[in-house]
Amino acid sequence: MNRLEPLIFELSAPGRTAYSLPELDVPSKDLSALLPPGAVREAPPELPEVSEVDVVRHFVRLSHLNHGVDVDFYPLGSCTMKYNPKINEDMANLPGFAHVHPYTPQEAVQGLLKLMYDLQRDLCEIGGMDRFTLQPAAGAHGEFAGLSIIRAYLVSMGQGHRNKVIIPDSGHGTNPATAVMNGCVMVEVKSDARGGVDLDALRAELDHNVAALMLTNPNTLGLADENIHIIARMVHQAGGLLYYDGANANGTLGWTRPGDMGFDVMHFNLHKTFATPHGGGGPGSGPVGVKERLAAFLPVPTVEFDGQRYFLDYNRPQSIGKVRSLYGNVGVAIKAYTYIREMGAAGLKRVTEDAVLNANYLMAELKKHYLLPYDRYCKHEFVLSGNWQKNRSGVRTLDISKRTLDFGMHPPTNYFPLIVDEAMMIEPTETESKETLDRYIRVLKEIDRETAEEPDKVKDSPHTTPVGRLDEITANRKPNLRWRKDG
Amino acid sequence: MRYLPNTDQDRRAMLAAIGAKDIGELFADIAEPTRLGRELNLPAPMAESQLRAHLGSLAAANATVNDYACFAGGGAYDHYIPSVIPHLIMRNEFYTAYTPYQPEVSQGTLQSIYEYQTMIAELTGMDVANASMYDGASAAAEAILLAMATNRRNQVVISRGVHPETRTVCKTYTAGQGVTFHEAALLADGTTDPASAATLVTDKTACLIVQYPNFLGVVEPLAELAKAAHEKGALFVVVANPISLALLRPPGEFGADVVCGEGQPLGLPLGFGGPYLGFFACLEKYQRRMAGRLSGMTVDTRGQRAFVLTLQTREQHIRREKATSNICSNEALCALAACVYMSVMGKQGLREVAAQCIQKAHYAYERITALPGFSPAFASPFWSEFVVRTPVPPAQLQSALFERKFLGPLDVGAFYPEYQGLAMFAVTERRTRAEIDALVSALEVIAR
Repeated sequence: MNRLEPLIFELSAPGRTAYSLPELDVPSKDLSALLPPGAVREAPPELPEVSEVDVVRHFVRLSHLNHGVDVDFYPLGSCTMKYNPKINEDMANLPGFAHVHPYTPQEAVQGLLKLMYDLQRDLCEIGGMDRFTLQPAAGAHGEFAGLSIIRAYLVSMGQGHRNKVIIPDSGHGTNPATAVMNGCVMVEVKSDARGGVDLDALRAELDHNVAALMLTNPNTLGLADENIHIIARMVHQAGGLLYYDGANANGTLGWTRPGDMGFDVMHFNLHKTFATPHGGGGPGSGPVGVKERLAAFLPVPTVEFDGQRYFLDYNRPQSIGKVRSLYGNVGVAIKAYTYIREMGAAGLKRVTEDAVLNANYLMAELKKHYLLPYDRYCKHEFVLSGNWQKNRSGVRTLDISKRTLDFGMHPPTNYFPLIVDEAMMIEPTETESKETLDRYIRVLKEIDRETAEEPDKVKDSPHTTPVGRLDEITANRKPNLRWRKDG
Repeated sequence: MRYLPNTDQDRRAMLAAIGAKDIGELFADIAEPTRLGRELNLPAPMAESQLRAHLGSLAAANATVNDYACFAGGGAYDHYIPSVIPHLIMRNEFYTAYTPYQPEVSQGTLQSIYEYQTMIAELTGMDVANASMYDGASAAAEAILLAMATNRRNQVVISRGVHPETRTVCKTYTAGQGVTFHEAALLADGTTDPASAATLVTDKTACLIVQYPNFLGVVEPLAELAKAAHEKGALFVVVANPISLALLRPPGEFGADVVCGEGQPLGLPLGFGGPYLGFFACLEKYQRRMAGRLSGMTVDTRGQRAFVLTLQTREQHIRREKATSNICSNEALCALAACVYMSVMGKQGLREVAAQCIQKAHYAYERITALPGFSPAFASPFWSEFVVRTPVPPAQLQSALFERKFLGPLDVGAFYPEYQGLAMFAVTERRTRAEIDALVSALEVIAR
């Protein structure tokens, strides 16, 4: 078992250093000559005083307490924890990309602008869109930009009163939060018995106030909406637009495209579909694609090509403005670009086919032991329920997940989507082998057996992780969010 | 295909277990009119060696700060990045992990976030900090949302000294919330006019936002501005440069309610603008309205000290439409890089970086403003960035310097129409006396 690690502040000893700076080679002036009275900081910030060896060992030991894709299976539903190719990291770290100032003259960053332009073109082709922007830094950020574009478009059409955003009850939590941030009113529509949008419920909401429908397809049950083209027609006929949440795009590549489904605006999560790492929570990247009629509203600057040179276009009077500074998480875009270049069209289609095959294989084997509420072919992920186990011995989905950790694997997404009781949302991705899937099947079978025969072993798990279950109630009631020198 | 381990035999076996005759059967539910029906039109696939050559040629077509002495700033700065940082953040267990939703196998991420939160709180002089946001500009926009949720007001006063891109992002972020923006004017010395701020801040103002040092490099007198905000019950939000805070009195000591900013200087590569890091700190009384993730200390069932994501009822995955923000993914790995940077630099090193910046910037400033035709634009204290009036148009100066392997200065007129003919130089600890002297000689020649 890996040992826990002291805080870096607890390793600190006055006078110990880990930094290396050249001697100051210009005349040194007294700070009082440079800054007005009271402007100089008196008490230094309590940063650690440690050696380089201390720093390295501290963070290496911390890393040992983490689970990552490079450690073992990570079937976290809707997060697409696929393998992150190493060449992608190397390419993003090339000095010619990594050490470029964002305000370098555009003539001297033609390589970067070409890469961004070409990536946007490829994302258009993969998503069936006309224009893309790389500016949004994450999926939710893309949703915000996309819905802002829709709102700006509606205002330009004299439809500014439209402020209703329709979201299925299976939608990600970011969707309703995005709608509210955009000043819209969110209404939820229920799913039908096959897991798709209930058309009658949708029709009831389609009035003259509808701004947009936000939809994930395949949805968070991992199911393709069989009526998507009908849904799109209904929303458009009501004067609304369709926003595609790209979180589950790994189930579509080369088979179907959001643009062809009828969506007007979409985002991709480069950190899901296009294999860039999640970094413990970020950085991600959430490029937004639009159909031509919405292109004028994209954030500035756009990356353009005049046949000879690539350039940044700020002169777009109808633009929504900016959702972050500069041009986006370019470093992440470089990794996604490298991935697309490596895979090609056939490779990306194979990605989706293997992702879907792996998910259906797991589903077919696991439904023998766990309740499968929507029993039809899934796409890249599927959702089980822990209700059999709960009813049998009171073991909850959370317990099953914690027990999974004892076998060295990461659990699925729990308790989401909200429409499935005791949900376990499982997304194996295409980069896992049949052997790994079989091992996972054996683990979940074994845990199922334990829930019947020795339920306390599951309820008290995990047993082999560096820490046991945490007291989250105290953490919430009396938040301790920082270390203090004086305790 | 090296990332796809399934063999054809595996595929057949799995299809048989599923009971499907072929892979197409698994896609039968894709509505017919929405099927692609052709291959995607993408360039042919490349092997790793070809990728390296292709990307290498694209990378070679960009000017880097390794080849050009960088005197450009404006929110992105060329500080030295210690070797330790890439080695540690590229630990596979860090960078291939997801958000730490399963704390039992995420203590590495959670503890490093807790340490990062502590360091940001220390640096800014605030009580608490979150786990990161997208960048400095979006962090400022989130500060507005926090202020509006706190005092239920919908006007914002923002200093014209705040980075123009930050001001744009703030407006785009809050466009759906019916927010009215007022810009506090700058005085001739480049500082925010306290009288303008005091007039614009009313009992309808959610917050007053200033930048420290401001976009023009000027160290704003925060005390008066804080007073203007607080007298009317508005929150005082300071967008700060994190490295400057090792030397300058931190905004927390001036009564700031929120301190946020761009964390790129803390060990992140310039990277043509991203990924960067939005840091965000506030007083404890606002912590339950703060957006973004928070790592908190607690204990486990075995009585061990451990860390967990906390106050999650603020967040979208729990609260959906009632969340404080829609933020989900953040810039965790960048926050880890900043945490390692601040650990490496430590209490002394960060102060020394900040001190070298101010000394070298003043050396450059004195030499440049001694040149014929160059004069100070603002007679105000500055830290590492300063603005001068130039005898040749700044854009022309920039190109001429670029030919001589210098990057910068920025053309301030491109950001502020009212400041034509002004150029802004940034001087970090990475610049040497030789480079500054060479810059001065080049300016002399160009202006002749």
